[in-house]
Amino acid sequence: MFQKKDRLIIAGIIVTATVSALLIVFLTAFEKKNTGEIVRITIDGVIYGEYSLSENQSVLVDGELGQNRLVIENNSAYMAGADCPDRYCMDYEPISYGGETIICLPHRLVVEVVGKRAAQQPDVIVP
Amino acid sequence: MNVARYNGLIFACYWNGTNSNENRRETDMTTKRIAYCAMLTALAMIFGYVEALIPFHIGIPGVKLGLANIVIVLALYILPAYQAFVIQLARIVLVSFLFGSMSMMLYSLSGGLLSFAVMLLLKKAGGFSIAGVSIAGGVSHNIGQLAVAAAVVHNLRITFYFPVLLIAGLITGCLIGLTAYKIKPVLDKLVHNMDG
Repeated sequence: MFQKKDRLIIAGIIVTATVSALLIVFLTAFEKKNTGEIVRITIDGVIYGEYSLSENQSVLVDGELGQNRLVIENNSAYMAGADCPDRYCMDYEPISYGGETIICLPHRLVVEVVGKRAAQQPDVIVP
Repeated sequence: MNVARYNGLIFACYWNGTNSNENRRETDMTTKRIAYCAMLTALAMIFGYVEALIPFHIGIPGVKLGLANIVIVLALYILPAYQAFVIQLARIVLVSFLFGSMSMMLYSLSGGLLSFAVMLLLKKAGGFSIAGVSIAGGVSHNIGQLAVAAAVVHNLRITFYFPVLLIAGLITGCLIGLTAYKIKPVLDKLVHNMDG
């Protein structure tokens, strides 16, 4: 079933996956040092709001595309509710470390743990 | 089946069939071929529907079996490329209109078109088995979707899924390819007898 050239594809995929995984680990190693202080919620790339992880709160994100409810407790955040059709965003484990994200694709929503507030530090996000 | 008739109408609108036996080439779109392509399109849609019924949750959002690609990769091998392409296009558009949304169509289309292009390229290049082509198709499908998702969400961080999607695409592509490999001999006979 497999031919010689197939091994090329398979090897290429495994190598690319490994290299990119290592790259990602390397890039995020510096962020993980500080458990993040705030979560930044962006819709369609535009900052919707920033909320401190240290205050327990429930945030209702009301965007044009739909609603999500983000709950912050125990210094971590998770998606408690959403009206998107697939609800993948609710499957995530609670995020707390710098760089971790919860993404709701149908609503173009990204919840990201960031070290400092936007005004003080340049974004890592590329618009 | 209603969906097959719908598909048949779409195909018939685009091509005039040749029905006379003289001057018929294997790549012609005969009425029989229209019906066959329509049936394959419907089959691909059903595969996608059945897949949605099977809970396949791995913890990573967006990882799918991609069962419909069994039909697509087989179509690529037993039909002229343009017919396989229209099957891919039609099934994505139809499923998005019937069961999904415009945003779903955006992701499906980007993944599906890239996947088809890569598979066609590899098949033309030669030397790859149907399993290898299927693996490449599965991986490129994921890459296409990830790229569009990153653009839609305006966030490059989503690309951190890249390694996971590569491996997932590899595994599912392998399974799809294995299935297609087993089915292909049967279909070869069918198509050969159909036009004769």
